[in-house]
Amino acid sequence: MSTATTPNDHAAASHGEHLAHHFDNAEQQFESGKLGMWIFLSTEILLFGGLFCAYSVYRSNHPEIFLYAHRFLDKPLGAINTAVLICSSFTMAWAVRCTQLGRRKALVRLLGATIALAACFLGIKYVEYRHKWREGLLWGKEFHATFERPAAPVIPPPKPAPGINPDERSLIPPAAQGPSGLARPGERRYVEEAGGPPHDVQVFFAVYFLMTGLHGIHVIAGMVLLTLILLRATRGEFGPSYFTPVDLAGLYWHLVDLIWIFLFPLLYLIR
Amino acid sequence: MASIDGANGIGELPADQNRLGEDNYLTHERGIRSWLLTLDHKRIGLMYLVVILSSFVLGGIFAMLIRTKLLTPGNSALMDANTYDQMFTLHGAIMIFLFIIPGIPATIGNFVIPLMLGAKDVAFPRLNLTSFYLWITGALMALGSIVTGAVDTGWTFYTPYSTTTNTNVIMMVGGVFVLGFSSIFTGLNFVVTIHKLRPKGMTWFRMPLFLWGIYGTAILQIMATPVLGITLLLLIVERALGVGIFDPALGGDPVLFQHFFWFYSHPAVYIMILPAMGVISELVSVFSRKHIFGYTFIAYSSIAIAVLSFLVWGHHMFVSGQSLLAGMIFSFLTFMVAIPSAVKVFNWVATMYKGSIWLTTPMLYVLSFLFLFGIGGLTGLFLGALAVDVHLHDTYFVVAHFHYVMFGGSVIAFLGGLHYWWPKMFGRMYNETWGRIAALIIFVGFNTTFFTQFVMGSHGAPRRSYHYLPQFEAYQRLSTIGAYLLALGFVIVAVNLAHSLFRGRRAPANPWGAATLEWQTSSPPPHDNFAVEPVAGDPYDVEAWMYDSRIGGFVRRQPAGAPAAS
Amino acid sequence: MEKPDNVPTSGHAVVGHVVPFRVLATVWGLLLVLTVVTVAVAGVDLGSLNLAIALAIAILKASLVLLFFMHMRYDRPMNAIVFVSALLFFMLFVTLALLDTHAYAPEVIPGYAPALPR
Repeated sequence: MSTATTPNDHAAASHGEHLAHHFDNAEQQFESGKLGMWIFLSTEILLFGGLFCAYSVYRSNHPEIFLYAHRFLDKPLGAINTAVLICSSFTMAWAVRCTQLGRRKALVRLLGATIALAACFLGIKYVEYRHKWREGLLWGKEFHATFERPAAPVIPPPKPAPGINPDERSLIPPAAQGPSGLARPGERRYVEEAGGPPHDVQVFFAVYFLMTGLHGIHVIAGMVLLTLILLRATRGEFGPSYFTPVDLAGLYWHLVDLIWIFLFPLLYLIR
Repeated sequence: MASIDGANGIGELPADQNRLGEDNYLTHERGIRSWLLTLDHKRIGLMYLVVILSSFVLGGIFAMLIRTKLLTPGNSALMDANTYDQMFTLHGAIMIFLFIIPGIPATIGNFVIPLMLGAKDVAFPRLNLTSFYLWITGALMALGSIVTGAVDTGWTFYTPYSTTTNTNVIMMVGGVFVLGFSSIFTGLNFVVTIHKLRPKGMTWFRMPLFLWGIYGTAILQIMATPVLGITLLLLIVERALGVGIFDPALGGDPVLFQHFFWFYSHPAVYIMILPAMGVISELVSVFSRKHIFGYTFIAYSSIAIAVLSFLVWGHHMFVSGQSLLAGMIFSFLTFMVAIPSAVKVFNWVATMYKGSIWLTTPMLYVLSFLFLFGIGGLTGLFLGALAVDVHLHDTYFVVAHFHYVMFGGSVIAFLGGLHYWWPKMFGRMYNETWGRIAALIIFVGFNTTFFTQFVMGSHGAPRRSYHYLPQFEAYQRLSTIGAYLLALGFVIVAVNLAHSLFRGRRAPANPWGAATLEWQTSSPPPHDNFAVEPVAGDPYDVEAWMYDSRIGGFVRRQPAGAPAAS
Repeated sequence: MEKPDNVPTSGHAVVGHVVPFRVLATVWGLLLVLTVVTVAVAGVDLGSLNLAIALAIAILKASLVLLFFMHMRYDRPMNAIVFVSALLFFMLFVTLALLDTHAYAPEVIPGYAPALPR
């Protein structure tokens, strides 16, 4: 006899405790909840869609800004964060499975793991943001990073091949790069390309902070939601006959992961 | 059953017809908390009705102030030019975001949809109440902005003015953001309700066309409103943090704001009209005593309008710096989107053809709608033609066009629907004579106000303008006279409806002889909607119902030889 | 006694389908591998293909999350239709906005449209 289920599950199944009066049966209620959640996720797609649109517009009209400025993002940290969210999605999907199978302890542990991974994601984000703040790599009117000339002679960018418009700036950056890893800020200096950085570098950071900021807000909201689900789970409210809230919260969490799956290459891996 | 109710010679109505004085949804639980924390879709619909009609009055007051100022072409003691900017902004923002967009879905929709489905409630009653409180929150924020620095940007909040003006844009725009979520959740609720709570026998093509209209509206609420959300969010952070996304000095693009804004706001106008069209589909069949003509076409055209409406937003930007290529694409698509609307109008007229027209107040509103929406829709084509729009953009022609479709379309249909479902909601009949008088006054007042503006606009009179050239003075004055006539009409409507609550004849279950399911429960309905679960049939089989003068309403026709139900 | 993978321990009937653990773990592994691939490919200069490949891998990862973690593979089609519609509307928006901004970019700041051929 499994100890994972509580008497509540039996009661709920036989008395239809969770069945609302306007639904005919549990399946109709469950399917309705699912459809409702997928519709909500669609609205989130369109909400972020606006920002992806702004990204597309600015990147396609000014690729030089994105190419130059994205180097100041920390690729390894971004990649780690991607892995963190993927793992949290895995633990979340696993948690839903455990609820369906009545494994309460596993559910609680996996929900806890998901929340912990989310916190880890936010922690890494905080490190990244703090670096940007210190270096003045901010949006719009807050942008105040300075660019220095390197001491050593700079290799000039290659001359464009004959036949190409000579005004076109080369998009191949010189040797000095933006910071990587957890180097202390101020230890590296940003090197001006021969000819200088492009105009309006702050546009990239506006887009960066808007997209990752809105995403971060959704991560925080997800953590709150999952914490509430966790509390209900510890009280044994979920089981094979009623796991809709876990399922729906899981769908929301996977969306948060989905959005980051696109944010990472678009912001961090520009070529 | 010998006592007489009123002078109509109608006997006392049994409980399956009228439940006033019995246990109905209005009396089921008492106390303010039972209303404020209700999960009953009927009560939520009523609460929405109260606040939304109040918003209409408030927006209307701003309109009357504007029209009164415009009696004089120059400076006026009534208000200065800056205040005038605030007036038309508030008139627009309140009417659009607090009244029309929630409008028919939140009021009539909430009340009627579960009843039409023979269901006990919408899919997510708690979400429904949440939507209501989101409306309240958004409305308070938007109205709060009035006292802290009323916005003067026009309801369209165009950058760069909206990012630089020192009025309280953030609070107004924040309020609209919250209202947007109210709209999204209502749409979400209705989509799931229509998908999941249809009764046995009610397939997609046997459901009332009002539900098709609501479904199309809900698609737009769900897909378009989030883009407004992000647009307003971007505007807020632009003002608060100087993000620079719309500021050319910081590398931004102000025309991008317009793309973002109109991607929602064009579908938004179809959010306004689709439910109205749904109402008209119901009313035209009942009051022609005839099955709706072209059900399938009307149903599909609701969806076609919903989808096509996403493809035309650039027609608001023909002269904003949009490229010619985009202009041509959008102009072509604008002409296309008129087609499904026209299909509906033809089908409604075909429904009336050889019908037995019953000129009740709702039917007068239907006839008004056909005329006014027809003009409004056709003038949209003028504006959709690129070359003509260059001349007409930002003139009174545009103002007249959208008032003909939004007011002459949506509001007229809303009034028709309100009168139509009023007996069901409150168990009382309004006074038919005064209802008709008000409908006529509104029709005359409306045309006086707004047809004049078509003429004025085609002569070049600019909109949103405090001052105007003396050559337009006669038009402006005529328009204002029309506005006062309109106001009179609305006062009569309000008094008539309010009076009916106390003195109106008690309404039977089916005063109009409609075949949809909401008329198969008492007026007003019990808390649980149906004492006996109804059986879904053909929603337009109006000929199956015949008038019974003993109850002043319609009962099901019995097969030949059987006595009529008593 | 070996119970089948998708039957709850208490023996109740389950509303909805249970995804096998094998599937979840495989998807997880694939997602991590694909992340590594994305980073690796970004290190190689392939010109305009870089963006296309990065997006293609992202779409593949997203599909895995949608189909298996989010259950779309086993769900009613309506849920998928809703989600895909949102994506279609989004793409419509981006396409037309890109089309238009490209066309008027030279006029926003005269002469400053480095992305466009002269």
